[in-house]
Amino acid sequence: MSTTQILFWFLSVVALFSALMVITSKNPVYSVLWLIVTFFSISGHYILLNAQFLAIVNIIVYAGAIMVLFLFVIMLMNLNKETEPQKNRWLKMAGAVAGGCLLLVLVAALKDTDIKQQQALVNEGSIGLIKNLGKELFTTYVVPFEISSVLFLSAMVGAVVIGKKE
Amino acid sequence: MPINYYIFLSIALFAIGIVGVLTRRNAIIIFMCIELMLNAVNLLLVAFSKMHYLKNAAIDANAGMDGQLFVFFIMVVAAAEVSVGLAIIVMMYRNIHSVDVNFLNRLKH
Repeated sequence: MSTTQILFWFLSVVALFSALMVITSKNPVYSVLWLIVTFFSISGHYILLNAQFLAIVNIIVYAGAIMVLFLFVIMLMNLNKETEPQKNRWLKMAGAVAGGCLLLVLVAALKDTDIKQQQALVNEGSIGLIKNLGKELFTTYVVPFEISSVLFLSAMVGAVVIGKKE
Repeated sequence: MPINYYIFLSIALFAIGIVGVLTRRNAIIIFMCIELMLNAVNLLLVAFSKMHYLKNAAIDANAGMDGQLFVFFIMVVAAAEVSVGLAIIVMMYRNIHSVDVNFLNRLKH
């Protein structure tokens, strides 16, 4: 087993375990912390695929900004184990069965596709580097990039309008 | 790495996100599970972009780069979505003093 494979399995196990802990933790603060672990392991996968730019952006934007926002809102609301609303047991079981059925159907449908001989290039390839992605982003994708700035502006205005006291 | 490992890992993460949305009642946890599903899709997009690159690198040096740029735009949209969504959750908490989604069922009537 090569180092890449060991890293792949390790990161996959960490991602799945911490994702399971996100949905099973009773305390919302622990859920946020486990979700940060998930995002770090997904960033590890990006590094393994040599998508360095996305790995860094994933850590900065998701693990840094978005999760801090979640943590801030949870602490603002003072949620803890006692006030955490719980669904009844049957609804939880029905949700788990529904998700399991989705997993089963997708795995069964994609198990024997002809794509499975393909390989994903790990550890090399230059398309994930900042230089190449930046060139492509500011030439071919410059219009969507500018439109996304308008989206941010409208999201900012929307958040302020929703959040302010009437 | 074989591409189907990445496919199954992403499916598993996505299914965990779905289970979280269906079983939890806390609006913030539901929102976090949506982020988890977005990240599962992002991981699969990056894996497919590297697969495409391996296949077509001889023809086009930038083959598969579109996938990684889509991931970038998904992150942009997710950040905007989180800011508005958390504002809505804070407003909901201010009005009904709870983040329980079952109290939102009056939207039905």
